[in-house]
Amino acid sequence: MKEADYELVIIGGGPAGLTAGLYAARAKLNVILIEKLVPGGQVVISAWIENYPGFPEGLSGPDLVQKITEQVKRFDLNIESNEVVSMDLSEPVKKITLSDRTLTTHTVIIATGASPKKLGVPGEDTFYGKGVSFCATCDGPFFKDSVVATVGGGNTAVQESLFLTKFAKKVYLIHRRDKLRADAILQERALANNKIEFLWDSVLTGINGLTNVEKISVQNIKTGDKKELPVDGCFIWVGIVPNTHFIADAVKLDEYGFVIADLNMETSVPGVFAAGDVRNTPLRQIATAIGDGAIAAFTAENYIENIKK
Amino acid sequence: MAKDILEIGDSSFDAEVLQSEKPVLVDFWAPWCGPCRAIAPMVEELAAAFGDKVKFAKCNVDENPATPSKFGIKSIPTLIFFNQGKVLDKIVGIVPKSQLEEMITKV
Repeated sequence: MKEADYELVIIGGGPAGLTAGLYAARAKLNVILIEKLVPGGQVVISAWIENYPGFPEGLSGPDLVQKITEQVKRFDLNIESNEVVSMDLSEPVKKITLSDRTLTTHTVIIATGASPKKLGVPGEDTFYGKGVSFCATCDGPFFKDSVVATVGGGNTAVQESLFLTKFAKKVYLIHRRDKLRADAILQERALANNKIEFLWDSVLTGINGLTNVEKISVQNIKTGDKKELPVDGCFIWVGIVPNTHFIADAVKLDEYGFVIADLNMETSVPGVFAAGDVRNTPLRQIATAIGDGAIAAFTAENYIENIKK
Repeated sequence: MAKDILEIGDSSFDAEVLQSEKPVLVDFWAPWCGPCRAIAPMVEELAAAFGDKVKFAKCNVDENPATPSKFGIKSIPTLIFFNQGKVLDKIVGIVPKSQLEEMITKV
């Protein structure tokens, strides 16, 4: 076997990466996990999680992250705060270029997750942090007794809109369809909540104000009617985009930019695996990311055993 | 390491931040804010590394509502970097440690 700095490099420290790290550390692999921001990924900004088993009352995203991080630290997983800039996967010993140096490794697990998608409407960037937010748990309490708008109809949009009703006096939920996509139990709660007013078949077309958000423009896509609503904040949850900019064409991606991987989490390149939200998976949940991470670590370990022979 | 970070509030803001001879990095946070908890260790590491050149402070926005509203803070964590009483830079949300290092070393 050729020499390399590591047997395994895990890129990304969300649930998938941390789980892969937990399994790899317990398997005593020579492993490093590279995290660009802070461990936890999107879970850090999740206000409340009640579909992750083992916590009957549910728990907050930050609490779950803290528990997972404590658990991986028990097994001395090496986590470095750094960013992967690019990868060269053309040789059996792969090169992972960080912001300050290049690592060599036999296997790689890509677990970089996804980021909230922007709408691309005027005012979205200008007012970010000034009333425009992607994180109710960060910013919700700033909107006590205020009026806010939320955009989206999936689980995140509905769950976080419900969370905002704890603070805001009114929440306009803007959704481009005539019904929600979120889980039935969340839909029931939202529809029964008298602080939430639904704007069906509608899209947000602009965000305006002086220094902070003051009003939004909304258009009904069925009738074409346009209106302006005075709001103090605007929260956007319209899906995600995969974090794959550093991959370029090093592994095969699907038409939406997600990494294509098989049942063993193996990508188009032998020894390179993908796990969690960054993968072309039918469901993006903490529960599924954790399963992906375990499988990726297991197949990476097998791959390393095979090349040692 | 945590002892390197000074707790400041509405009453001490002027003396500790605006009148400070050294540049000051203020971390606006609240106990309910998960991402604030997540970046706290990163700020502590920076305080350990740059504490001799820069003053590190944190301001609980729940207990001190006047200061965050003066600086138009609607989202936390927000880090504001002050020098000679003026705002040099403002960072909203979780960013890479390298970006914070860059901001600090620019002074």
